[in-house]
Amino acid sequence: MTGDAVLREVTLTLPMSPDMEVAASKTASAMAEFMRMSPEKVDEVRLAVVEACINAFEHSHARDHKVHLTFAVLGHGQPEKLEIKVHDTGVGFLVDSLEEPVLADKLRAARKRGWGLKIIRGLMDEVEIASGSSGTTVVMRKLR
Amino acid sequence: MTETLKLTVDRRDRVAIVYTEGYINNQGGEEIAKVAYELIGEGYRNLLLNLAGTKIVNSIGISILIEVIEKMLEVEGRLAFCNLTPTIEKTFHIMGLAQYAGIYRDEPAAVDGLKT
Repeated sequence: MTGDAVLREVTLTLPMSPDMEVAASKTASAMAEFMRMSPEKVDEVRLAVVEACINAFEHSHARDHKVHLTFAVLGHGQPEKLEIKVHDTGVGFLVDSLEEPVLADKLRAARKRGWGLKIIRGLMDEVEIASGSSGTTVVMRKLR
Repeated sequence: MTETLKLTVDRRDRVAIVYTEGYINNQGGEEIAKVAYELIGEGYRNLLLNLAGTKIVNSIGISILIEVIEKMLEVEGRLAFCNLTPTIEKTFHIMGLAQYAGIYRDEPAAVDGLKT
């Protein structure tokens, strides 16, 4: 975001292994708590990170089997927002081709999954997704 | 690192309560589904999931809970949740779960709601 200084930044690279999303969520919690976000907002950030990691684990098919995260506290002197980038080097996907899941349809469908991005968008203040043949980056922001 | 889910079941008159403790991911969701299907097999048509001991539920775990909701609808039963964290409750509303499963603040309110 233009005009925002990076007050604190942490990078993390995790293997795509079971429950590694929980390790990512703990870093998210620590950063959100550093900013003195409310406990509810901390939890929302935490779950959004879990979902972004799971999406990368399940759908990226990244050859390095890793997900790369950057957590940045942004602001002008005081922490104002937390920006989290979740990047994989996988095959990418067509962002516009994703259909919004609807529970009434999912109840009748064999496949019940596909909720990750809807949850992320519902929990975070800003979400941007860039995806292509060199991978996918999800950028999520939460205001303090 | 593995986050395991612990389940405890309280079989009461007309309502079975499943207490969760830990992370509800794919394995946790499968554990809940297994217990729920056993309770349905025993004849229970009112199931309550008390999530007081759960601070995080991921979308794969919730997808399995949707399977349980589908099963409950098939047998004309009801599934309800209580003691949700604000984030879990918000997530359930984002997904529309509240249309198909009762969401209650605490266990007494949920038990009353399921028995009426």
